[in-house]
Amino acid sequence: MGTQDRLKELQERIPQVEHPREMAVDVMYALQTRDGYLTDEGLVEGAELLGMTPLEMEELATFYDFIYRRPVGKFVIHACDGVVCWMFGEESLVAYLCRKLGVEAGERSRDGLFTVLPSACIGQCDRAPVMLIRDVTYGPLTPERVDEILDDLKKGHSLGPVKDDRDV
Amino acid sequence: MFEPVLFKNRRSERPTTLDEYRGGGGYDALAHALRNLAPKDVRRLVGDSGLRGRGGAGFPAARKWEGVPDDGPFPRYIVANSDEMEPGTFKDRVLLNRDPHMILEGVILAGYAVSAQKGVFFIRRSYEKEAELLEMEVAAAREAGYLGEDILGSGFAFEVEVHRSGGRYICGEASAQVSALQGERPRPDRTAHMAQQGLWQRPTVVNNVETLAYVPHIVGKGAEWFRRLARTEGGAGNKLYCVSGKVRNPGCFELPLGTRLGEIIEKSAGGMLPGSAFKACLPGGASTAFLPAEFYDIEMDFDVMKKAGQRLGTGAIIVFDQGTCLVGATLNMMTYFARESCGFCTPCREGLPFVRELLYRIETGQGEPSFIPMLKEMAAAMSHAYCAFAPGAIAPLNGLLAHFEDEIREHISHHKCPYGTTPRHRED
Repeated sequence: MGTQDRLKELQERIPQVEHPREMAVDVMYALQTRDGYLTDEGLVEGAELLGMTPLEMEELATFYDFIYRRPVGKFVIHACDGVVCWMFGEESLVAYLCRKLGVEAGERSRDGLFTVLPSACIGQCDRAPVMLIRDVTYGPLTPERVDEILDDLKKGHSLGPVKDDRDV
Repeated sequence: MFEPVLFKNRRSERPTTLDEYRGGGGYDALAHALRNLAPKDVRRLVGDSGLRGRGGAGFPAARKWEGVPDDGPFPRYIVANSDEMEPGTFKDRVLLNRDPHMILEGVILAGYAVSAQKGVFFIRRSYEKEAELLEMEVAAAREAGYLGEDILGSGFAFEVEVHRSGGRYICGEASAQVSALQGERPRPDRTAHMAQQGLWQRPTVVNNVETLAYVPHIVGKGAEWFRRLARTEGGAGNKLYCVSGKVRNPGCFELPLGTRLGEIIEKSAGGMLPGSAFKACLPGGASTAFLPAEFYDIEMDFDVMKKAGQRLGTGAIIVFDQGTCLVGATLNMMTYFARESCGFCTPCREGLPFVRELLYRIETGQGEPSFIPMLKEMAAAMSHAYCAFAPGAIAPLNGLLAHFEDEIREHISHHKCPYGTTPRHRED
């Protein structure tokens, strides 16, 4: 579903639900998907849609780690920093990622493509160390595998080659 | 003889479809309950079965249900907690992918048991594929008449929807989860009586999805059958154990509740990695305490663990070997929990970063002997926190202090990590 469609679908649902606020995360997520991150203007727009004040929405936006209130790269890399991934070298992997992309955690790479965010355990501990990019999990990771994934994403055939592990 | 229950329809390549689920007797329990049992009969069955919550706290499932007053207002809600963010834990993801209808049937039965009208799957953002799968299967169930206005002609009306979260560990806590569903900043609320005034101030039951998945089987085969599944005398049912860390075959395994730790590691997870020896494990995710080798044969059951001063938690066994620095591991977890704290109460908001800082200094060779009593004092202070988050978060430190104090002292006296671990410095 296109991002505009998603937002439109939410807009249509809002008047039909008893408690529009329950859609706050969905609305913020749709706005950030449309704009790249949740901009100040997007925040105000979302708040208006749901009958909330911008401050109420800001309280939520700043709470959730999958809502980005600052510009991020096209691909946000959620690098799992749970203790299992730590055991398998997560810290050096994040350091490798940051060095390779020329960023600190949270920054956007110069080409605008990548942001690295150390993230709460993403529930793939049997494949540690792992990272999550646009709903796809990658792991177990090695520096070589990281190179491959970044190259693939850069080339644009982003989400194809990786098998998700729904069946495991 | 071991009998798989949750993984009985296990397929290697894909989730079990509605037809396959039905082919194995799926939704028979729902049909039976709607035809032959009153809601209170379902509650009694599940109460008699001894089913305890599989999300970490181990609270008897039916007692949550019994908390809903008969004359309580409507609509009432079932929240299927699929937010697992406890490090080491991935059982709910595996179960969602293996057999979504088994969980769904459990949600509908739970709804029937407390006369609820609506079920909500609360699912974390990093499980987007699972959320999409659930939406698809919920639609299939609706199509087949298992959801909607008049389920299987019984007059019982129940709907289910999928709510995607925006992240953060604390959303797994029931009252925080309900706040999140209401579009409020999620923080635990101990004044909330979920069963009376939960979601939208209406009676609400929050159950973990593994817990819910056992319900159809209990309704179908009886309480006594369920009790007998467990390996231990006082236990009931099977358990999904996740094993991760320095083992050959990490994964999620369904076994009788009360299976011995060492047996799970050796038989299911294939034993330690070549060259690795067992040093310790966290038996139930990152908010349980380190278990040293002397507990290797312990039965992984709620009560046995409790008697030993431990917690079963989520049953996610994280295995550490002799080459892994447990000060470094604890530092990782304190960093994790300090970040994930909701920040509402002082012990948690201030205490966890303080502990993290002490451990950071110890790990980087700047520790002093006086840090050890400071760590103990801070660990004790976590019992004054508002909710269960901080006592859970500090559990690995308690285990470290109880069983590996020598390892901490070695860091301090040698002014470096004996394992050569160098932690990343993190800014707040």
